[in-house]
Amino acid sequence: MYIIITYCLFQVVCWRAVASIAWAVLLLLPITAVFVILSRFSLLHPIQTFSGQSLCSFAIFSLILMCGVIIMVGFLNLEYYTVIPTIACSKIALLGQLLHPRQFVNSLAHCIMGIIVAWCCAVTLGGRYETIGYPCTQGDGTDSSPQMCLNEYHLILLLAGAFVGFSHSLLAVISNINYVSFHTVQQYKYLRFKGSLPFVVKCSAAQALYSVRNYIVVYFFLGYIPKAWICKTLNLHLNSSVHPLDSIAGLLDLSLLYHQWISASFLLFTWNITLLLFRIFVTEFLALQDVALLSQHSPSRRCEVFSLSQPGGHPHNWNAISKECLSLLADLTQRLVAYHDTVATNGRAKSLSTGKDLMSPRPTLLLRTPASVFARFVVGTPHSPLTAPFTPDLDSPFASPALRRLTAPLDQCSPWFGTVQSPHIMRRAPKLWSTSTGERRLMEDVRSLGSNGHLKQNNFILNCPIQVKHFLAKRVLIMYLFNKLPEASSQALFADSQAHIWALEGLSYLVQASFSEDQFGVIQTTLPSILGCMLILQEAVDRHFKLPHASSKPVRSASGMGDSTYKTLRFALRATLKTAIYRITTTFGNHLNAVQMSAEHRKRLQQFLEYKE
Amino acid sequence: MCSLALFPAPLACGQTTLCESNNELLSGTATDHRLKQSTHINYSVVLYFPRESLKLHCRTESSSKAAFLDHSETLWMRSAAAWRDGGLTGLLNEITNSNTEVPKWLSVSSGFTLALLRWFSSFHGSLFPHLTMSSENMLAEFSQVLNWSDCVVRAFAWHPHADKFAVALLDDSIKIYNPKSATTPTLKHRLQRSVAAVQWKPMCASALAVACQNCLLVWHVDPCSLSTRPSSGCAQVLSNPGHSPVTSIAWSPSGSLLVSASPMDTAMMVWDVASESCVPLQRVGGGGVTFLSWSPDSSHVLASTPSALFRVWETRTWTCERWPCVKGRCQSGCWSPDGSRLLFTVQGEMVIYVLTFGDTPGPQAAAVVADLSETTFNTADGDIIVGGEIHSLSWDPTGERLAVLLEGDPQAADRPAIIAVFKTRTNPIFELLPCGFVQGEPGAEPRMMQFHPNFQHGALLTVCWSSGRITHVPFYFLGAGVPHFGLSGSPSLPRPQERPADFANQSLFTELISLLLFFFTAFFFYITNNATLPPTVRSRSLKLLSNSKPTDF
Repeated sequence: MYIIITYCLFQVVCWRAVASIAWAVLLLLPITAVFVILSRFSLLHPIQTFSGQSLCSFAIFSLILMCGVIIMVGFLNLEYYTVIPTIACSKIALLGQLLHPRQFVNSLAHCIMGIIVAWCCAVTLGGRYETIGYPCTQGDGTDSSPQMCLNEYHLILLLAGAFVGFSHSLLAVISNINYVSFHTVQQYKYLRFKGSLPFVVKCSAAQALYSVRNYIVVYFFLGYIPKAWICKTLNLHLNSSVHPLDSIAGLLDLSLLYHQWISASFLLFTWNITLLLFRIFVTEFLALQDVALLSQHSPSRRCEVFSLSQPGGHPHNWNAISKECLSLLADLTQRLVAYHDTVATNGRAKSLSTGKDLMSPRPTLLLRTPASVFARFVVGTPHSPLTAPFTPDLDSPFASPALRRLTAPLDQCSPWFGTVQSPHIMRRAPKLWSTSTGERRLMEDVRSLGSNGHLKQNNFILNCPIQVKHFLAKRVLIMYLFNKLPEASSQALFADSQAHIWALEGLSYLVQASFSEDQFGVIQTTLPSILGCMLILQEAVDRHFKLPHASSKPVRSASGMGDSTYKTLRFALRATLKTAIYRITTTFGNHLNAVQMSAEHRKRLQQFLEYKE
Repeated sequence: MCSLALFPAPLACGQTTLCESNNELLSGTATDHRLKQSTHINYSVVLYFPRESLKLHCRTESSSKAAFLDHSETLWMRSAAAWRDGGLTGLLNEITNSNTEVPKWLSVSSGFTLALLRWFSSFHGSLFPHLTMSSENMLAEFSQVLNWSDCVVRAFAWHPHADKFAVALLDDSIKIYNPKSATTPTLKHRLQRSVAAVQWKPMCASALAVACQNCLLVWHVDPCSLSTRPSSGCAQVLSNPGHSPVTSIAWSPSGSLLVSASPMDTAMMVWDVASESCVPLQRVGGGGVTFLSWSPDSSHVLASTPSALFRVWETRTWTCERWPCVKGRCQSGCWSPDGSRLLFTVQGEMVIYVLTFGDTPGPQAAAVVADLSETTFNTADGDIIVGGEIHSLSWDPTGERLAVLLEGDPQAADRPAIIAVFKTRTNPIFELLPCGFVQGEPGAEPRMMQFHPNFQHGALLTVCWSSGRITHVPFYFLGAGVPHFGLSGSPSLPRPQERPADFANQSLFTELISLLLFFFTAFFFYITNNATLPPTVRSRSLKLLSNSKPTDF
C-alpha cells in the first residue's frame, strides 16, 4: 500500500514538474528573442538592432540545444529539491556539502550545461564569436601557409558559461536554492509567476554581473591554461598578431564585457525561470496544507470531519486527523525537550553539533522525524475513511504532495538524530568530533605507536583525544572550520516546521469551528489532549527560545534565488502556536474550565484566558 | 433611504452626548458629563492629552544638517553619499551641482538626464496627482483621522479581546492603557514617526502593529511586564523599498497575516510577521493603495486607491474585483460583522453605498442606503448646518449601530464636524434608521472614532476630540440577532455572551442598566452558556439561536 501511494505522489509531483518544464521551454522562445535584440543593440545605430541577419540553421540548432538544457535543468530541479532544508552547522559541514559526490555531479552537469548555453549564445551573437577557429596566416610572410588559429573570443565566452554554471551550482548549495518553501498566501499560478518575474530578472542580472566580475579576475590570472590546452587538443595555433585577451587591455573591451554579461544573464535567467516555475507548480496544494485551509474556509468539508460513521457512530474522520496532528506536535515537543536536555547537561549545544559535523555527508540516512511527518499522514489516509472528504481528484489536495523527499537527506547536525534514544552516549563522548569510529581509529593509531606501553603511556592514550582536541582548538583555521555557526542548530531543529504550522492551524481552526458546528460533541472528547499537547509544546518552545542564539533574528538577505524562509520558521511556529491556543481560548472562553486537565496546565491556560501571555 | 432630515436636532451649546438608553440619546452639560463619567465608570476612561503637555519635535531630519559645519569631502565621497541618500536623482543632482570639479560633458549630460527624469515624473505625477505630495501631506490626505496633521491623538486602537487600548500621539509616542494595571507603557522608536494607524493583532495579547512614515513596526508589549518604556528591541521593523509612507494596515481576523498599504506603492503587502517576509500583490491601476479593511469573517479585503477606483480582494486565492467609482476615490469603508455587506463612501459624494456579498458571484452595482446631504437644523443657538462629505465609517461589532464622521467645514462656524449615528436593521431589508448626533464639549470637534470590540451591553463608541480628549459614549440596547458571526467559517470574535464570569466581575456601566434589561440578559447568558448542559443540548440551543446558514466555498 505504502509503495503504491508513494508512487502516486511521485507521479503527481512528476507531472507537475513536467508541466513546469513545458512552460519553461515555451517561454524560451520569447526570452531568446529578447536576448537577441538586447545583444545586438548598438547605442549609435538603434534601428540596426532590429534589422539583423536572418536566422541561420545554426541558430535553430542552438535553440533545440537550449530546450535540451532547460529540460535537463528541470530534471535536476526535480531530482534535488527538498522541503526540508539541509542546514550546515559549521564551516566544515558546508565544505563537506560542497565536496560531496552528489553535489560534484550536480556541479559538473551545470558546468557542461553552461558551456552548451554559452555556445548557443556565441552562435546567436555571431560575428567574431561564431567559431572556435579561423583561418589565418601565421608568421612574417616567408611561409604564409594557411592554418587554423584559435578564436579567443569564442573561447572566453564558452569558459564564461562554464564558470557561471559552476558558481551557480555552488551558490545554490550555500543558499539552499533547492529548498522549496510554501507561500504565505495562496495565489493562482499565473499571478504568482507574474509577481515574481521582476525579481527573477533583477536577481539574474545581478548574479550575472558578480559572476562575470569574478570570472574576469580568474581568466586574467589563469586564462592561459585552458587556452594552451585547447590549442593543443584541437591543434590550433595562437595568432600572435592578435592581441591576447588575458591581459588588461584585452579584457577591458566594453563590448566583450557587455556580451559576457548579457550571455550570463540569459543563462541564469532561463535556469531561474525553470526553477521558479517548478517551485510554483510543485507547491500548489499539499495534504497538511489542505487540512489547514479546509478547516479555515470550507464549512461543508468541516461538516464531514465532525460527522459520525454510519453505522457505528464513531468519529473516524476526526480521530484520524487529530491523531496525526497531535503525534506530529508531540514529535516536535519530544525533539525540543531532548535537545534542551542535551544542552542543559553539556552546558552548551556546541559539543553535540560539532560532534556530528565531521560525519556530514551522509545523505543516505533517513531523517527520522521529518520523514514520518509526511509519510505517516499520507500512509494513514487509505486506512481510514479520511480519504472521503478530501479526495476530489488525484491532481488536487490530498493526493498531491511534494512528499517525494520522504527520504530527505539528513540535516548534518540534526541534534535529535540519534540523541533521542541515547543521550547518554552523546554526553559521554562529545567533544570535537565524537563519532565513535573516528575516535577509535585515533586510539588504535596511538596504540600501535607505543605497542609495549606501560601505565604512563596508557594514561596518555586515554587522555589523547582530549589533548588532541585542546591542541587543535588552538589552531585558528581548525576553529574557524569547526566552530558552530550561531543559530544554525536552532534552524535545523525547526527545519521541517512548516508541517507543524499547518497541523497547528488546522487543529485550531477545526476546534474553533466545532464550537458552533460540531453537533455531536465529537471534538470535546479530544479537547483535553489537544490543549495539553499545545501547552506542553508551548512550554518547550518557550524554553528553547531562552537558549543563546535561538531568538536572534537572521540577517535579511533579499538577493538571490535562494529561499531563506527556513531561517525564520521557528519564529513562525512560535507565533502560530500562540495564535492557535488563543484561537481556542477566545472561542471557548470559560467553558474551558470544565475541561479535565492538570493543575499546571490549568494555570497556564488561565494566563491565556486573561490575555497575559 | 435614510437622510439627515429625519434626525433629532443637534444639542444646544454646552450640552454633550452621554449615552443612549431606552432608544434615545441622553445629554448633559459638560461638568455633568465629567461627573457622571467619573462616578459611573470604573476606570479612567476620559483621557486628556493637552497639546501643551506634548514635547513636539521642532526639527526635521533634513534641517539638522545646518547645525554642523560645512565639511569639504571629495567628489567621490559626496557622490556615494548622494547615491545612498537620494538614489539616482540624488547622484545626478550632486554631479550637476558640482560642475567645477567634474568634466563639463558629465555635468551637462547628468543635468540633461535629470531634466528628462523630472519631466517624466511630472508626466507620471499628472496621471496620479498624489505622487507629487510630500509624505506628511499624503498621510494627512489619506488618513482616517480628520485633520490628521493637526490632531493631538493621531491613532487609536482597542484591543480585540482584552480591555485595553493604544493611543498614538502627536509627539510620535504610543501609550497603552489598561484599566487592570497601573503601568502605562510608552512606546518610542527611532523609526516611529508620523504614525498613521495602529492595530492590535487578533488572537494575541501583545502584538501591536504601527504604520509609520518609512516602515511598519510590530511591537511586542508583554502584558505582564512592569516596564513603562519597553526597549526598541521589542519592535520588529518591517520595511520594503518603495513601500512608504504606510497609511493603512489591517490584520486578518485570524491573526495570521498583516496587510499594509502605501499610496506610493501600487502593490499591497501581505506580511507574515513572524518570519518578516512579505508577498506583494501588485495591481498597477489606481496608482497606489490608501485604505484597507479586512472583513470580520476574513473572507474579503477592501483596498481603496487614490484614483476613482477601489478593489475588493477575496482572501483564498487573492484575486480581486475592480470597482470603479464615478466621482472620486473611496474615502472609507466598513464591513458588517458577518462580512456580507460592505458600506463605503466616495470622496465628493454625500451618500453611503452598500455592496452585498453572498452566495451569488458578487454584486453588480452598489446601492445607496443613506443620503447625508446638508440639512439645516434650528437650535436655540441659531441655525446649524449638518451634513456633507463623509470622512470615516465605523460599524459596531454587533452590527446594530453605525457611526459616521462628517467632515463639516473648518472655516464656517455653523458647519461643525459631527458624528451621526445610525441604527442598522437587516431584516426584512437592509436599512439605516436615524439614531442621533454625538457631540462633545463646546469647541471640540470629533477627529476619529472606534467602537469597542466586545462591549457587553450594546455598543461603546470611543471618540477622540480635537481638544485632545478621548471619551466613550455607550449605547445601551439589546441586540436582536445576537450570534451574527462565526457560522460561515469566520474566526468569530469573542462574544460577550461567552463570558459570564467577566460579566459578573464587570462593574462597568452596570448602574445605568435598567433592572429588567439586566435580568433578561442574565437569563439569556444562562441559556447560552451553561457548561453543565450536555454538549448536544448546548449546541442545539446555539443552533436554535442562530438563524444564519453556513455558506460553502
